Amino acid sequence: MKPEPNTYSALGEVAAVHERRSLWTRIVIDLRKAPFTARFGMVVILAYMLVAIFAPVLAPYGEAEVFPEPYAPWSSIYIFGTDQIGRDIFSRMIYGARNTVGIAVATTFLAFLIGGALGLAAAINRSWLDQVLSRSVDVLMAIPSLIFALVLLSIFGSTVTNLILIIAVLDSTRVFRLTRAVALNVVVMDYVEAARLRGEGLGWIMRREILPNIMPPLIAEFGLRFCFVFLTIAALSFLGVGIQPPTADWGSMVRDNASLIMFAQYDLKVGLTPLLPAAAIALLTVAINFVVDWFLHKTSGLHDE
Amino acid sequence: MELLPGDFGQAILGQAATEETIAAFRRELGLDQPAIVRYGQWVAAVLHGDLGTSFSGRNASGVNRSREVVDLVVPRLRNTLFLASMAALVAVPLSLVLGISTALYRNSFYDRSVNMATLTTISFPEFFVAYILILFLSSLYSVFPSLANVDADTQFGERIYRAALPALTLTLVIVAHMMRMTRAAIINLLASPYIQMARLSGASPTEVILKHALPNAWAPIATVIAFNLAYLVVGVVVVEVVFVYPGIGQLMVDAVASRDIPVVQGCALIFAMTYILLNLLADIIGIVTNPRLLHPK
Repeated sequence: MKPEPNTYSALGEVAAVHERRSLWTRIVIDLRKAPFTARFGMVVILAYMLVAIFAPVLAPYGEAEVFPEPYAPWSSIYIFGTDQIGRDIFSRMIYGARNTVGIAVATTFLAFLIGGALGLAAAINRSWLDQVLSRSVDVLMAIPSLIFALVLLSIFGSTVTNLILIIAVLDSTRVFRLTRAVALNVVVMDYVEAARLRGEGLGWIMRREILPNIMPPLIAEFGLRFCFVFLTIAALSFLGVGIQPPTADWGSMVRDNASLIMFAQYDLKVGLTPLLPAAAIALLTVAINFVVDWFLHKTSGLHDE
Repeated sequence: MELLPGDFGQAILGQAATEETIAAFRRELGLDQPAIVRYGQWVAAVLHGDLGTSFSGRNASGVNRSREVVDLVVPRLRNTLFLASMAALVAVPLSLVLGISTALYRNSFYDRSVNMATLTTISFPEFFVAYILILFLSSLYSVFPSLANVDADTQFGERIYRAALPALTLTLVIVAHMMRMTRAAIINLLASPYIQMARLSGASPTEVILKHALPNAWAPIATVIAFNLAYLVVGVVVVEVVFVYPGIGQLMVDAVASRDIPVVQGCALIFAMTYILLNLLADIIGIVTNPRLLHPK
């Protein structure tokens, strides 16, 4: 049955299938509506990722390549000068993106793997397992994490593996708390009960029934946790017990070049050199905070008043 | 926490030391005993107020110049507490004023700019804030000294002058958090029916906030303040290293670098104790100001 031209037919209106927007269109629409700060944050994060991935292509010199001219000023050869033993600071900053950010990402993933899995298991099981895990997390959280990390690093030594493991375990306590708290609200739902009754195992309930429903707070926490881990690692490296030389890393670069800051009254550029890696850290954390803020606003509708 | 500290014997006596010397040295320090035994001895000693003896100061010739951990820690703890209380004295009133005033003029230009500024300082690493302050207040314009080297003889006024930059750094870092929480605590309350009632009865916005909202907001605010003071005591580690301030944080970092386990243990014990005590205090204040918390649903 074909609608006559020039006459109104309700069929034409009803029959037009409302086209489902693809994932991509939805992302584009969301991005269009995103505020300026969130867009700025996303651009910054993307730029950091590109720099980290293509570090060897972008850097003019090698990571630990030593030139005979220590403390060289800013010039066209050494864009930001050289450090105390003559390594190009610009190249080290680019490699630093790879090392510092890479280690922080690995640590955060590990922390979420440990904390998330244990938190879900505790929320579903709610027996002695929940008690044991929750109480041990309470004990771990009672000690300030930077101090705890310092003690553990002094015992086990400052290698990258130790650093990742220690920070991941210490940070997984917060992830555990959050996962357990949000999962507890979902566990009591009827569909979880149904899954349990039809005999699904612990792993299935964790992954297929609960995890999809607690994703938004976990993603937001991932961003914030990353900032926290990133700052902790930078602070430890700055204190000289984190990432060890010759690996380029922003925290230790600040420490190595800190004395230059006193020459700022003679040459402002030299005084700015130690601030560059610190600014790189700060910019990334600010960018992530902006994006997480927007994401939280969008998913939970948190508003002031 | 009390596992074998790397190989301290090897590190002190050098590569040339024979197996026997190292074994003798380890025996003298008690390192040849199993970790659990040493942990028991350490706990027993700590309960008697003895934190043990520092590893450093001993050398291969057998002369023992090592010092008691307590002697090392106490003067530095005093310095750290001085710095922390200086920062707290500025930060707490400042953040209260900022928090209340931003809640009063919320969504205004003033509120938004303060919010933006505090969000930025929260995301900055402490040493970045510290070096920016050094750059502007010490290097470009010599207002304050960049090295906070105080000792026991330094006069009180001189002490404040030298510790000004580290205290300012700490203040900036914690004001942001405290101010945001104060603002959030007050704004949270503004949605309650009794505030609506006060508004309808014709109270001015200032009155609503100061007389009606603030008394109920004290509990969360006190909790946040206590929590931030706890953070202050721990956050000093990085700031002390930046300004070479002879506090307990610096002592701990040096001890970690030289694997001097008794000193690390002593410092960690003090930090953890302060942290736990202040958090406990926060809980107590919360319960005192809001007795409903005593009876969970």
